Amino acid sequence: MLKTMRFLAPAAALGGVFTARDALAGQGLPKPWQMWFQEPASPVMERIMEFHDLVFAIEVAIVLLVLGIMAYIVVRFNHKANPAPSKNTHNTLLEVIWTVIPIIILVVIAVPSFKLLYFADKIEKADMTLKVIGNQWFWSYTYPDQGDIQFDSIIVAAEDLKPGQPRLLTVDNKVVLPVDTNIRLLFTSNDVIHNWAVPAFGLKLDASPGRINESWVRITSEGDYFGMCSELCGVNHAFMPVHVQAVSKAKFAEWAAAQKKAAAGGRNDKFKVVQAEKPAR
Amino acid sequence: MYIVLSMVGAILGGGMSFLIRLELMDPGLQLLHDQQFYNVLVTAHGFLMVFFVVMPAMIGGFGNWFVPLMIGAPDMAFPRMNNISFWLLAAAILLMVIAAFTQGGPGTGWFITTIFNMRAPGLTMHRMPLFVWAILVTAFLLLLAIPVLAGALTMLLTDRNFGTAFFKVAQGGDPILWQHLFWFFGHPEVYIIIIPAFGIISQVVSTFSKKPVFGYLGMAYAMVSIGFIGFIVWAHHMYTVGLNVDTRAYFIAATMVIAVPTGIKIFSWLATMWGGSIEFKTPMLFAIGFIWLFVMGGVTGVALANSGLDLAFHDTYFVVAHFHYVMAIAAVFGMFAAFYYWIGKMCGRQYSEVLGQIHFWLFFVGVNVLFFPQHFLGMAGMPRRIADYPDVYHGWNYISSIGSYITTGATLFFFFIVWRTFTAGEKAAANPWGEGATTLEWSVASPAPFHTHEDLPDMTGTQPAE
Repeated sequence: MLKTMRFLAPAAALGGVFTARDALAGQGLPKPWQMWFQEPASPVMERIMEFHDLVFAIEVAIVLLVLGIMAYIVVRFNHKANPAPSKNTHNTLLEVIWTVIPIIILVVIAVPSFKLLYFADKIEKADMTLKVIGNQWFWSYTYPDQGDIQFDSIIVAAEDLKPGQPRLLTVDNKVVLPVDTNIRLLFTSNDVIHNWAVPAFGLKLDASPGRINESWVRITSEGDYFGMCSELCGVNHAFMPVHVQAVSKAKFAEWAAAQKKAAAGGRNDKFKVVQAEKPAR
Repeated sequence: MYIVLSMVGAILGGGMSFLIRLELMDPGLQLLHDQQFYNVLVTAHGFLMVFFVVMPAMIGGFGNWFVPLMIGAPDMAFPRMNNISFWLLAAAILLMVIAAFTQGGPGTGWFITTIFNMRAPGLTMHRMPLFVWAILVTAFLLLLAIPVLAGALTMLLTDRNFGTAFFKVAQGGDPILWQHLFWFFGHPEVYIIIIPAFGIISQVVSTFSKKPVFGYLGMAYAMVSIGFIGFIVWAHHMYTVGLNVDTRAYFIAATMVIAVPTGIKIFSWLATMWGGSIEFKTPMLFAIGFIWLFVMGGVTGVALANSGLDLAFHDTYFVVAHFHYVMAIAAVFGMFAAFYYWIGKMCGRQYSEVLGQIHFWLFFVGVNVLFFPQHFLGMAGMPRRIADYPDVYHGWNYISSIGSYITTGATLFFFFIVWRTFTAGEKAAANPWGEGATTLEWSVASPAPFHTHEDLPDMTGTQPAE
């Protein structure tokens, strides 16, 4: 693996980033040097980005305004340009303005914010349900509507990766889900608080022991989507990724049938129903 | 002494952050092969910086020294308690480094006593320097927030050691309760850190612009209202916990309200400078740097206040960038401004202006290179608190680590300046800043004698007359 020497060889280290591009980039995975959100793959994420465009424009305007005023002050009111300071300490109109305008801006932000909040919260009519259970340090999934398919999803160690598989994001059993389907997601945990997040879906919710949290997703296009545990859950927090493979409804039905058959035929050594032992890391 | 302690804390905490950035410079685990140690480092870095660097320096160091000076009292009320709290803190930092776990923080109720009871005649509440106001608000926050933390920590300790079950699910407890308690303390805590910096910046900006603070009453009550609202927004740290949707709606609204008094402060500082005759001495540079950092961190805060957007940002590096800008580095800028502003008063020797300005530029560039790219990392989805990250996040992490080298270098340079000031600094006059410095501390000699203002100064009719 990488050696400490790399710190001393910045050029070499930077070069390494670009050669290690993987085949899956562009689909639910950020690109090197990415400065913005990942491509949205759900209506929630699309709306998050739309709303963020508004907020971001306001942010930039405020920063530029302050920066502009500061630049003007530095040029115009330094002690050389303006040797005699004014003694002006009040201007009621001005103070009212800089109180009221921020309030108006906040209202402008708040209205779409509340809309987004309630839209993202839950779905009334779901077509299917996926249960997600957090463990130290892997995820377990159950499909109650597909005959209770169950399996664990454990990270693949760096040395076992096949070419093209991203390091720290590849799991042994990925979550297969159909596109264009309203999927209800239920989260809980067997031990500590975890958090199931897939940036491309705009989805992030705690899996908390003793509680069941609900969210939903409607995946808009087929592909591979990656995420990571987003709540510090212990030593191997960085090593329990989420890998969702979105497929067509027909393919999903095929997949589910095959899993059910495999489970019924006792050939379920691939998808363990019982708790897997903790990954030795 | 508090300031020396805080420098020790800064070396430890800063060293840890440097280790963290070294580790994160390239993908893969290089330096720290034990992720548990990484987690301990991150936790200890936060604890050290908050409890043992910023709080002692701001409240213990500058607060203890200048609140009595500025209100015309001989010393703090309850000097013995003040003394013991320092040694408790010194013991706590030792324990902390050994165990990387502690509960600390100076108890500060006596600031309220001092400020209410020991003001000079004529120095009414509405004439107090803003730094004194800031410390007053902070002391109230501490008084109300620290017991909650102490209670929560006690519950945690009994849970872990004595078999109680406040937070253990298996026995009917609930870890979410811990989160509520922690953040009920934690959110006011960030204001405890930043409000003294507000006070310092107000003093510095006013001094070097040679103008009284613009909108004094607005500024004072902005701090009071920030302090108050700070207590009712804690769950905005918990948008993804699975709280009821209406609860989240309330916390969005309450959180965004904070932007209003904060905006008042920013614009009032700008208005104070407006029309001034500004001398860009080192403290003023740090004050302007503070305003820039605070605006940057403030606007990203408005974005984070929205639960909907928080789905994308929560627990990513975007948050790391946000709070380092708005609270951590901004507070450090406040401390540097205070150091350069008051060092002449404290040790009787003035710092070197050239070296100070070099320090400012190095540090300013360093922290921006360090934290700005973290916004990009967060938007691309990199979670925080991970010792190793997927390879795609390499680029900006690399830049960020370079920023940390610059910042560390600048900090070492600062210690060199401190050493130079003590050994070769010029003798400081009672008031080295000229006509702009109007508060009481500049009326006594530099360094300030042990018991100041034994004859009560008469403050009737001076200071901003409201």
